[in-house]
Amino acid sequence: MTRFRLLAACALALFLPTATLANPALEAVVADHLDQIEQPSRRTVAPLVADIAATGPEGLTMLQAWAGRNLGLTPDGRLLIMKGADATDAVTGQPVPDADPKMLRPNSGVRGVIESALVAGLLNDPDVSRRSAALDTLARSGTAEQLEALRGALADPDPVLAARKARLERLLTIQHDSDSDARVAAIQDMAGDISLDVRAALNPLLATRRVVSTDDPQGNVARELEAGSDALPREAALALLVQEGVLQPRLTSADQRAALAANIQNGAVGGVPLQDLSDPVARDRAYEALETAGAVPPAATEAEVQTALDSHRFFELYAEADPAVTDAAQAAQLRAQVKLGAMRGLDLGLDALSLASIYFLAAIGLAITFGVMRVINMAHGEFIMLGAYTGYTVQTLIADRTLSLVVALPLAFAVTFGAGVVLYRLVIRHLAHRPLETLLATFGVSIALQQLAKNIFGTQARPLTAPAWLEGSITFNDVVSISSIRVAIFVLALLFLGLFLFIMKRTRLGLEVRAVTQNPGMAASMGINPDRIAMMTFGLGSGIAGIAGVAIGLFAQVTSELGQGYIVQSFMTVVVGGVGNIWGTLAGATLIGGLSKVIESLNPANTLAAQTFMILFIIIFIQFRPRGIIPQRGRAAEA
Amino acid sequence: MSALLEVSGISKSFDGFKAINDLSFSINEAELRAVIGPNGAGKTTFMDIVTGKTRPDEGEVLWGETSKSLLRMNEAQIAREGIGRKFQRPTVFEDQSVAENLTMALKALRSPFAVLGWRSSGRSAARVAALADEVGLSAHVARKAGELSHGQKQWLEIGMLLAQEPRLLLVDEPAAGMTLAEREQTTTLLRRLAETRAVVVVEHDMDFVRRLDCRVTVLHQGSVLAEGSLDHVTRNPDVIDVYLGR
Amino acid sequence: MTRKPFILQNPSTLIVLAVLAVLTLTVTLFSHAYGSGAIPTSMIKVLGKTLCLALAAVAMDLVWGYLGILSLGQMAFFALGGYMFGQWLMYARTEGIVAVALAQNPIPATPHELQDAVTNQIFGVVGSAELPLVWSFAHSLTLQLILILLVPGLLALVFGWLAFRSRVNGVYLSILTQAMTLALALWLFQNDSGFRGNNGLSGLQNLPGLDHVDQATLSVWFLWASAGALGLFYVLAAWLVSGKFGSVIRAIRDDETRVRFLGYPVEGFKLVVFTLAAMITAVAGALYYPQAGIINPAEMMPIASIYLAVWVAIGGRGRLYGAVIGAVMVSLLSSWFTGGRAPSIHLPGYVVNWVDWWQVALGLTFVMVTLFAPKGIAGIFDRMGPPRQRKAHSRQEQEANA
Repeated sequence: MTRFRLLAACALALFLPTATLANPALEAVVADHLDQIEQPSRRTVAPLVADIAATGPEGLTMLQAWAGRNLGLTPDGRLLIMKGADATDAVTGQPVPDADPKMLRPNSGVRGVIESALVAGLLNDPDVSRRSAALDTLARSGTAEQLEALRGALADPDPVLAARKARLERLLTIQHDSDSDARVAAIQDMAGDISLDVRAALNPLLATRRVVSTDDPQGNVARELEAGSDALPREAALALLVQEGVLQPRLTSADQRAALAANIQNGAVGGVPLQDLSDPVARDRAYEALETAGAVPPAATEAEVQTALDSHRFFELYAEADPAVTDAAQAAQLRAQVKLGAMRGLDLGLDALSLASIYFLAAIGLAITFGVMRVINMAHGEFIMLGAYTGYTVQTLIADRTLSLVVALPLAFAVTFGAGVVLYRLVIRHLAHRPLETLLATFGVSIALQQLAKNIFGTQARPLTAPAWLEGSITFNDVVSISSIRVAIFVLALLFLGLFLFIMKRTRLGLEVRAVTQNPGMAASMGINPDRIAMMTFGLGSGIAGIAGVAIGLFAQVTSELGQGYIVQSFMTVVVGGVGNIWGTLAGATLIGGLSKVIESLNPANTLAAQTFMILFIIIFIQFRPRGIIPQRGRAAEA
Repeated sequence: MSALLEVSGISKSFDGFKAINDLSFSINEAELRAVIGPNGAGKTTFMDIVTGKTRPDEGEVLWGETSKSLLRMNEAQIAREGIGRKFQRPTVFEDQSVAENLTMALKALRSPFAVLGWRSSGRSAARVAALADEVGLSAHVARKAGELSHGQKQWLEIGMLLAQEPRLLLVDEPAAGMTLAEREQTTTLLRRLAETRAVVVVEHDMDFVRRLDCRVTVLHQGSVLAEGSLDHVTRNPDVIDVYLGR
Repeated sequence: MTRKPFILQNPSTLIVLAVLAVLTLTVTLFSHAYGSGAIPTSMIKVLGKTLCLALAAVAMDLVWGYLGILSLGQMAFFALGGYMFGQWLMYARTEGIVAVALAQNPIPATPHELQDAVTNQIFGVVGSAELPLVWSFAHSLTLQLILILLVPGLLALVFGWLAFRSRVNGVYLSILTQAMTLALALWLFQNDSGFRGNNGLSGLQNLPGLDHVDQATLSVWFLWASAGALGLFYVLAAWLVSGKFGSVIRAIRDDETRVRFLGYPVEGFKLVVFTLAAMITAVAGALYYPQAGIINPAEMMPIASIYLAVWVAIGGRGRLYGAVIGAVMVSLLSSWFTGGRAPSIHLPGYVVNWVDWWQVALGLTFVMVTLFAPKGIAGIFDRMGPPRQRKAHSRQEQEANA
């Protein structure tokens, strides 16, 4: 059968371009129903449209013209398809010169019927793109009739389209099939699928409305509600009662006051003196007096409200009448939600990972300097900013984005390495063993650098644009996706972790740094120059800050306050992770990045509160692990 | 007579290194005791544990007539119980005068509000003067402690310990960096102190220990190797093997 | 033996009090309200505010210069004090205005209506229709005055207890105080924190119930109050650091482990000083913001507290008068330079505009002071008068020995 249809469609397609042959079937249908075509009614037009569609491509062409209000009727009862000034006979396909037909203007209801019939027809269209477009239309707004048409056209030479058709058939079955068992089966087929279209198909089934009733209501009850509970606040229950006409609306206090004010007589309202009316009870009394006198409309009293509430029950009814279907939908939705939750968790994990890599990049330099010299460099944030501005400056000089990035990364490292070495030579070296003074002096450097950046680059944000291949994102499904820049930053963080480990474990510099960290006095007596090591590590730490600056600049605006936004988090990362150990910094960054994202996801609207909770958590955390996740070990740490 | 301090079965390890290993030790009131042992024998860790700076992994430290456990107390509480500690390097408050250093150490209530309400009286001033005299710093009471010589700082610290009036005094290498005459003086002082309170001296220098003429406890690898008079322990073959022989 | 009152042992305290008295008197005599009017009201407000900042600096010096905790969160207490007083100022004033408006209606308002109107007036900007719980006491001046001390005091107590208990100190502690301040500021920045988000509290320059008193007079009153508070707390702080208590906290600053072995509960001392300083700072803030007229969470961002540290460092920490000098000098200079009134320097090819370059200069000055003059400006005074000081010192000791 389908095979025959397919052949017929192919045969028709061969003739379509010419379309000059008369179509006797169409001619007969048109002749029989001319008055209905002229004056269509939405309720009765469907069989006619189906008949016309069944006549073949000419019928479809005519239907298209009809729906598009391009069909005209001549006084002699011929139907013309108008295209601008040209007219063609709808039945014969012959051009008709100098036609001036009466244009048919079907209403939107009728056009809807015609269009759905058209879509059904198009499902078998030989043109792949038109079949695909028809499926799109169906997916947007399918009807029961189209479901039948779709079922008739499930076979498709294109495997992708065949799959789509099968899927759509299931979805439309869920929504429109008249057989409850078929719908339940379809729902069960799709259960656990988290795609948007499945969710959209299930949601209307589970839509509810609230009703008031004195006894068990008619319909598919979702649940009974308690008036005054969280699900149904008292006000909402009252509104329902008022809407049902069971209860007079309650007076708002503003209405009551206006009514009272309008009825002042001799310094009193309803016999209650004006000065007493600052008491709500007295106001009620006055209003009731007016109500008795007929001066104001009656309003529900508290007692009436209570009676009405007591004598009524409140229900949520499914719009869908069939309990079997709603039960199945509920179960399917639950499965989808569980799966969705897992997916969201995964997405959150990816987000957290990228945030953690940013914190890691920003904090690693701080951790190195703090580990080796026990000094906190408050200007670290400004070194990050310096790196970002370096990237920006390079970009203004080199147009090619990729090339400029390739130049900017090492240059930013060099610039901030230099700045770090200068800061060390001029300031930090002279404040050895005075960590608090160092903190303050570097803070002085920080405010000076910030203002300097403002003076040079201005206060407005400067863009640092990523190359095209870094724009966009990697999408796994409707829920899970991650932007390419963040992946790149993650890779960068990994790279620096590797580089750092290499320097520390495999080079002479690393050996000396570790020696100085563990026991400066002993290291010095072994011929290591602690001053040079300190300078090198400070430079290295600053240099990485510069790299972090370029990375951050790629997704954030470059301003003179750029570093400030990351400095506190970087400190926290170092403090939480524990000093003197790269894995500690990594653990700290992961914890802080992950935690920020988790707290943020609990209350996405309020990132400020999320940050507050984050910091509070860290303060509490320090209580239990004062030396961080991975503390410095040994007796030296106890001293 | 029950022991003033009773340390039983304590162990402490740092990163797998056992600094103290099932160590037991006790000292009576008015007893002078020297603790000797090679480097890394656990002498300092032992003092750290008694004074609350380090918590042992296991074991018990009991104090006084009522056998209070010291393990649940912090350093300040232990100090208030009457255990004074003299560090290896002199630690005095260099920014403050000798008189201020001594006044701070005077036995008195230690809580912040009690200290706020504390005012110097004739008695406290006299006590400070007497202490300064005892440690030979009468001429320097108004000077900043930072201006004193190394030996004078040592003496000031001893003066501060005396001001605390402890029942047990832990002294870490008192003779380090002292001249011969100063050592003599220190020995005399320690022996006199031990007449009224318990004194534990941790020392390296065998001559100094000999001069103290008291019971000796030898530590090795975190536990007690031998105990007795100096002559007794120096004849012990184990001690000779691990310490004196080398 | 007779003991001289401590104030005579501390001539610097007397000098500070005298300078304060002369300043207050002079300003009063030249004010619009009580004298010739030679000093404009805005100038009086600046002076009043500067005195409050000096008071905050004195508290900072107690915590940092004497106790050795570089707290980067002092301005949180300052702003909290301002918020607590501001709550009453704003509520009571709005209540007055609303009551007048409601009296236009022939029906007298119920207390509930009055409160609704006040709530609407204050919280309309953040789209809230209900009076937040934290405003429960805003109607009462007495309660809010108590809260000025209580809220920052409690915050300091809890935070300090947590931090000191786990022996967090040095740079870690500084970072932690900074984090606390940031957390608080971010919290207040939200609209539903109950403190009007980034709008903050405004209209604080008017005293409720005193609508007939003009700003010229109010500014002088606030100057008196600020000078009084500074004088009072300066004496308190000087008394605190003069005796054995001062001796102990300086010892904690220099070697806290040793102090523990002397038997002093170091955490307790830290807690007392930290909490007390928080409360002093809160009083300073409560007096500052009515003179500023407006307060918002930006005031307590960590940077503000670091500036406080900068003032104390430049003035000279460990000396109370140093803190006062630093705060007064640097804050006045800052507002002069950033106010655009300082003359620009014309270099060949570039005009140094102080509005742009003051921060740079301040930052670098600060680095210089830390490097070359760790005792700050007060160090100069020390060098000027060492004989007298040493004499005073030895006299004290002689008494102690007598």
